[in-house]
Amino acid sequence: MDNLVLTADDINTKQPSIINIYLMESKSELLRLFRTPGFYLPTLLFPMMFYLFFGVIFSMNPATMPTYLLATYSAFGVIGPALFSFGVGIAVERGQGWFDIKEASPMPASAYIISRISVTIVFSLVVIALLFALGAIFGGVRLYTTQWLLLAGVLIIGSLPFCAIGLALGLYCKSNSAPAVVNLIYLPMGFLSGLWMPINFFPQLMQDAANLLPAYHFAQLSLKVIDMDVGANIWIHLAVMLAYFAVFMTLAAKAYYKKDKQ
Amino acid sequence: MGIPTCNTIAAIENVAKTYGDFVALDNINLNLNLNRGEILSILGPNGAGKTTLINLMLGRLSFANGSINVFGLKPGSLALKRLCGAMLQVADLPETLTVKEHIHLFQSYYGAPMSYQKVIEYAGLSEIESKLTKGLSGGQKQRVLFALAICGNPKLLFLDEPTVGMDVEARHALWKAIQDLKAQGTSIILTTHYLEEADFLSDRIVMLNQGRIIQEGSPEQIKAQVNTQKIRFTAEVDIAVLATLNSVKRATQDKHFFELQSSNASATLQHLFNKTKTVEQLTVTSAGLEEAFLQLNREQNNSVQQ
Repeated sequence: MDNLVLTADDINTKQPSIINIYLMESKSELLRLFRTPGFYLPTLLFPMMFYLFFGVIFSMNPATMPTYLLATYSAFGVIGPALFSFGVGIAVERGQGWFDIKEASPMPASAYIISRISVTIVFSLVVIALLFALGAIFGGVRLYTTQWLLLAGVLIIGSLPFCAIGLALGLYCKSNSAPAVVNLIYLPMGFLSGLWMPINFFPQLMQDAANLLPAYHFAQLSLKVIDMDVGANIWIHLAVMLAYFAVFMTLAAKAYYKKDKQ
Repeated sequence: MGIPTCNTIAAIENVAKTYGDFVALDNINLNLNLNRGEILSILGPNGAGKTTLINLMLGRLSFANGSINVFGLKPGSLALKRLCGAMLQVADLPETLTVKEHIHLFQSYYGAPMSYQKVIEYAGLSEIESKLTKGLSGGQKQRVLFALAICGNPKLLFLDEPTVGMDVEARHALWKAIQDLKAQGTSIILTTHYLEEADFLSDRIVMLNQGRIIQEGSPEQIKAQVNTQKIRFTAEVDIAVLATLNSVKRATQDKHFFELQSSNASATLQHLFNKTKTVEQLTVTSAGLEEAFLQLNREQNNSVQQ
């Protein structure tokens, strides 16, 4: 190895700014999102349409239902972009071979993840703002300002485990199967976690089983903000979501740093 | 080897790579001794291990034994990636960014990137810099990938089949850019299917076949390995007769033309004229890289079969 000499000329003494990389990468991701209405329109409209149908128009108990379902459909609405932009986005880039170019480039792995999380957060904020507006205007939802803000905060932070799940799916699934796999997780999990209709409408067995699902705990945390949850300990919800986050981040890291990818 | 050791920037020692039962690289001992500002071409038929070799040096593949050092750094490390640029074979790139946005993003990965204007000039992108990559042709996309590979002022540039899908004009422009980069001290490792390209650009060629290095040297040295000449003509004669002529190694026919590989052209020609008086449109050329390539691969395959 001693014959491999680096001269001063070879060492780029100037290091790139990591913050600048994060900003540039996030900006690129955001531009790509803005220019892909085929992705953002359905992802925005789907939860809005559902909320309008089930939370406002066909609401069975008009006094509290629009408020309750606003929390759960908002959770549903932010899980979507987290799962899809990570899961499908990354699987497609891998299929194209574009991921290889990124991997061979000196882009730090953290930039890839942080940029997508930033974009997911921006997207989630838009979903939340639109749903809140629907709820306040058409559903007659009235909350304290602190509750609106706290609910938005819980929804944003709570989307992180789903980013991790999406990331792992994106790194393990093939590009042509990723959309189907993500939908197969997103829609049944949403329903079984009580995001579409209140969990206490379910048979007891299903209510118990819902404890295994991260989206259930996410919904319960959101409902806690407006005092409509089933009353379980907040730490249980946080612990389950943290566990999901840790497990799927580990799986994702394993896939990312694995060599010999096909 | 007569190469000053301080010029060695990459070394591959006893590296083997298998995919299941398939041996992609068989104990490659390529003390690459890649010189600064040298263009090294890796040639070989499909499945010879060219792309595998590049991916190993980029740290994208694991290997069982041996060692790989580039600039004394570990393949795949961020420190090494910042000294390198890589143009890999890609099916498509994200469609909804412009050429300019792609380049600015990749420039941000490096501490001292090449100036934007220079990147655009080298890659010949000035007319399409504000276009989305969605509408670009295959050749234009290749040029964007080239721009992304060079935008960090790399000391070592990997080009995996860089001119696939390019028209002749674009290909020659890229060759010019590659030579300019070389003149500034960039070392380049190139794989290609176009032997003309390797012949024109390379200082050194490594020929791979079935995971082994079968030949290494300058284009001239490799061509000299094959001391045959190519005789091409039309004639009213049976190809079976031609194969029996003096010094003929191989006789082939395409449409109206016969083509003979001969180790002694004058002996073959005398014999040919004895056999037939109908020879027309005769040309005799010395073997190019293509003949050398074909012949060396044929010899290798034969020896493997035995």
